[in-house]
Amino acid sequence: MQDIETLESELLSEINNANDLDTLEAVRISALGKKGRVSLMMRGLGKMSPDERQVVAPKLNNLKQSITVAIDNAKAALNLAAMQARLSSERVDVTLPVRPEMQGRIHPISQVMDEITEIFADMGFTIAEGPDVEDDFHNFTALNIPPEHPARQMHDTFYFPEKEDGSRQLLRTHTSSVQVRTMQSVKPPHRIVVPGRTYRSDSDQTHTPMFNQIEGLVIDKTSHMGHLKGVLKEFCRAFFEVDDVEMRFRPSYFPFTEPSAEMDIRCTFAGDHIKIGEGDDWMEILGCGMVNPKVLAHCGIDPNEYQGFAWGMGIDRIAMLKYGIPDLRAFFDSDLRWLKHYGFVPMDVPTIGGGLSR
Amino acid sequence: MKFSVSWLRDHLEFDAPLEVLSEKLTSIGLEVEEITDRAKELEAFRVCHVLKAEQHPDADRLRVCQVDTGTETVQVVCGAPNAKTGMKGVFAPSGVYVPGTDLLLKPSKIRGVESNGMLVSEREMGVSDEHDGIIELPENTEIGLQYAVLAGLDDPIIEIAITPNHQDALGVYGIARDLAAGGFGTLKALDTSVVEGVYDSPIDVELRFEASEDPLPCSKFLGRYVRGIKNGPSPKWMQDRLMSIGLRPISALVDITNFVTFDLGRPLHVFDADKLNGNIQPRFARDGETVLALDGEEYTLSSADCVIADDSAPQGIGGVMGGETSGCTEETVNVFIEAALFDPICIATTGRRLNIESDARYRFERGVDPDFVETGMEIATRLVMELCGGEPSHVVSDGSGPEWKKQVNLRKTRVKDLGGIEVSVDEMMQTLDRLGFNPQDAGDSILTDVPSWRMDIDGEADLVEEVMRVHGYDNIPAVPLPRLTTVAMPSVNIAQRRVRTAKRALACRGMIEAVTYSFLPRAHADLFGGVDDSIVLANPISSDLDAMRPSLLPNLVAAAGRNQARGYNDICLFEVAGEYHSDAPDGQKTVAAGIRAGASGGRHWDGAGRAYDLFDVKADVLDLLEAVGGPAATAQITTGAPEWYHPGRSGVVQLGPKNRLAVFGELHPAVLDAMKVKGPVMGFELYLDNIPKPKGARKTAKDPLKVSDYQAVERDFAFIMDADVPSDKVLRAAKGADKKLISEATIFDIYEGASVGEGMKSVALSVRLEPKDGTLTDEEIEAVAAKVIANVEKTSGGTLRR
Repeated sequence: MQDIETLESELLSEINNANDLDTLEAVRISALGKKGRVSLMMRGLGKMSPDERQVVAPKLNNLKQSITVAIDNAKAALNLAAMQARLSSERVDVTLPVRPEMQGRIHPISQVMDEITEIFADMGFTIAEGPDVEDDFHNFTALNIPPEHPARQMHDTFYFPEKEDGSRQLLRTHTSSVQVRTMQSVKPPHRIVVPGRTYRSDSDQTHTPMFNQIEGLVIDKTSHMGHLKGVLKEFCRAFFEVDDVEMRFRPSYFPFTEPSAEMDIRCTFAGDHIKIGEGDDWMEILGCGMVNPKVLAHCGIDPNEYQGFAWGMGIDRIAMLKYGIPDLRAFFDSDLRWLKHYGFVPMDVPTIGGGLSR
Repeated sequence: MKFSVSWLRDHLEFDAPLEVLSEKLTSIGLEVEEITDRAKELEAFRVCHVLKAEQHPDADRLRVCQVDTGTETVQVVCGAPNAKTGMKGVFAPSGVYVPGTDLLLKPSKIRGVESNGMLVSEREMGVSDEHDGIIELPENTEIGLQYAVLAGLDDPIIEIAITPNHQDALGVYGIARDLAAGGFGTLKALDTSVVEGVYDSPIDVELRFEASEDPLPCSKFLGRYVRGIKNGPSPKWMQDRLMSIGLRPISALVDITNFVTFDLGRPLHVFDADKLNGNIQPRFARDGETVLALDGEEYTLSSADCVIADDSAPQGIGGVMGGETSGCTEETVNVFIEAALFDPICIATTGRRLNIESDARYRFERGVDPDFVETGMEIATRLVMELCGGEPSHVVSDGSGPEWKKQVNLRKTRVKDLGGIEVSVDEMMQTLDRLGFNPQDAGDSILTDVPSWRMDIDGEADLVEEVMRVHGYDNIPAVPLPRLTTVAMPSVNIAQRRVRTAKRALACRGMIEAVTYSFLPRAHADLFGGVDDSIVLANPISSDLDAMRPSLLPNLVAAAGRNQARGYNDICLFEVAGEYHSDAPDGQKTVAAGIRAGASGGRHWDGAGRAYDLFDVKADVLDLLEAVGGPAATAQITTGAPEWYHPGRSGVVQLGPKNRLAVFGELHPAVLDAMKVKGPVMGFELYLDNIPKPKGARKTAKDPLKVSDYQAVERDFAFIMDADVPSDKVLRAAKGADKKLISEATIFDIYEGASVGEGMKSVALSVRLEPKDGTLTDEEIEAVAAKVIANVEKTSGGTLRR
């Protein structure tokens, strides 16, 4: 049986000497292939006597086993070496820039509108909307602003051409026109907020002929000025994302509310930045009041049965305050640099549960 | 409305400091806009003694002064010619801001000599234009005294905002009255004593209006002749008052009218009686009548304007502005004083039409106290006699003024119910009493007589406000609004939800949201279908913003142009907002529109960017439609986009020919040329209002998923057909061949070239078969393939490429 041992050492030496996978495969075929030397010897077992076979067979099996293992090991070693060689040649400059993709943005007005409506939704308000092109009744008369009322001079109104009947349409000067439309078409109680575009013929550093407002209206049988204050306090706290906001209510005048107030919030100016909720300055942010009984009557609601409050504020303005945006006019200029800088990434959807802003 | 603190003290006694006064004004509704306190600004400017003034060694015009400031002696180099030893002047130390020259003082060397601080002139302090030299004060002036105190500049000027309802606060007296009612200080009584006339006025008054006129444009007119006066400059106290609020003193007679206007909110006019012809007759102007007003302008009047005329011509525009021809001068010796009442609407209309802003108009159009005409006349007469001498006539008058007396009831519960604050009945009564409402307890309510100066009060809610503003709005407790449901209900309807989703969906596709004006130049509107005359503004702010936009695209295209001009050429902008087609409420449509210009990706180390084409915006439209829950899969794609698109490179997404959901494509090059924007630009408009809303009951459950476990099969086909057969038609034909088995059909190649023939194309399709009931046999596959071939050939008129 010297043959088996010799063959084993020969084959093991060939396996050891195989430098690549092809050579190794050739060795495997020459040993374990159909006509391989080990295979041929295995086949010879059939011609042996049972006694002989009993001696030779285990040896042959051991040989086959040892060669198979040796080839597998050699193969693994060659594969590893080949992979290492490949990896050492595969290198990229990871500091190269990625392929450019367009980054979408949401305009600050849309974002802030979503933030505001999210807060009021939580307080049980629904969103109401109305047309930008309005008539005199909805924008003025129903809101207790008769044609010669001095308050009409506060609104620099854009008008459309006079019609044959003497009437003329206009661009709404405030979202309050939607209060009227809502009260006329839906039975009380009401809890609505009205975001939208508004227009006044005014253009300078701090005014644009179009701007965005949000209006709120609550009509029921019991809501009073304390509730108004409560709603606005909660709103300011939630919107400016601070623990508390000190507010100041000042008597003011709007034809459509009585009593009327303007609301200031505590703030401090530190360089370019405004800190809300602390400091020694006041910032006026909105006008409000109890809905004037005359307005309720104009809209077909009995002022002896129903009452409520309304407020209105500039979306653009509070967006500027919250996000430190300096110039109102830039809101409408569509400068890509501005939009990318002040815009919001699309997945930053403001929610009460998830937070309004990052 | 401006006034100085000392002016307020003429009518109100108080001790509280300025800050408290300011807070009180704001808290009762007279919002303080600005306080100018010169004493504070000039605090560091103090009286000094120039101990020695010697010639500067190296400069002819400069003097080196040793100055005793009261606390130390400093050296100052001074260029003023009048700086001399022993004089008293005004010194500003280093570190102080000099308002007249906008300079912060620093220690310095002037021509080699050290100088600290400055001896100043009036102009340098910003108190006058006087700059002949530094201020010289009397020898006995106390060193260290504040100059502002010495010069009487320590009188803070307060400017308050007047809301339209506060016509009562358009005079300093009215402000004092409101403060006193608000519990701040004590109101001093006005001298309302009557000046006895000593003869009958040679000029009479007659209102010339039809009795049917209601309201009368001028409802009351009082006149009084004063003879033998001498008109010169008014006294210093009156000039100081007027100058403190920015008015220029002119002459005693003019200053008196201005003073009474601002002091008492009672506008007056004084005629030079010798220039009047006959009697005074307030009347409507005759159409085309003219009057030369005191501002030097000639105004052409209409029959809606009220004039104060004499027997020959209008002598003034009633309640708006007096006339030049009968105005007072230095030579005036006899005057006729007017105190009248005008209708606010008439005044406002005339003032607006003639574009005259005057202090009289401002007050009359808000409403002047109808019960203060007589008193105003007496006070005016007394001032004329005090300042100019003369002898007064009896008062002549016509008209009785408007009926102003009214009573308003306040239910005692109403302050709590409406205002949300508990105020005792006692406090309500006291407050209303101090405000002049003469409150009477009438059981459940308080009955009030509205004072003549509060013409804005006409209902219970107004009285609630009166009680509350005096009690203090800050005392209203904030009460949470009761929750309607424990967890809030949705706040948006489906249309509003779609608008929100559309914005986020487009931003997720890499587009940037713009918000542009709803109006634009009409020329741009004309490029995008034009607008009706009814939505072109009658009074645009500029000709560039005169028409309501008929499409969102033009403003986005213009924005692209502006960005191109800044060097940014890869532009993806969108807007979700309204477009306008008529002046009716339903003329406004909500649209999501976007543009893409330049290339996707841009130049890069891995290759150049791909130029945007219409398939980018088609993808935007289809993705958006899907995102907002629209029928993306069933909508048809066809041609026929509006004329602002390229006729051959644009399409329409529709649900049948009557419901257009969106249009998209390359914008027409002529449109871009007209707007001077570099093309090509791709655009789309998706009409959100046109997307069908879900019908029937709301259902959240989805249809069950049906997947097959059997082997799917893909078969490829190529057809040759006319080049203009729409691909969509081919795909529909392929899918329609066996709706049960075919799950998908896609086009993977389009080829046009000589080998397929002129005007023809080869369309290669891949069709996926998904059996539901068992693995397909070759025969079954062949049968479906044959149906696909037949269907496509029939629909497209093409043939299978073999």
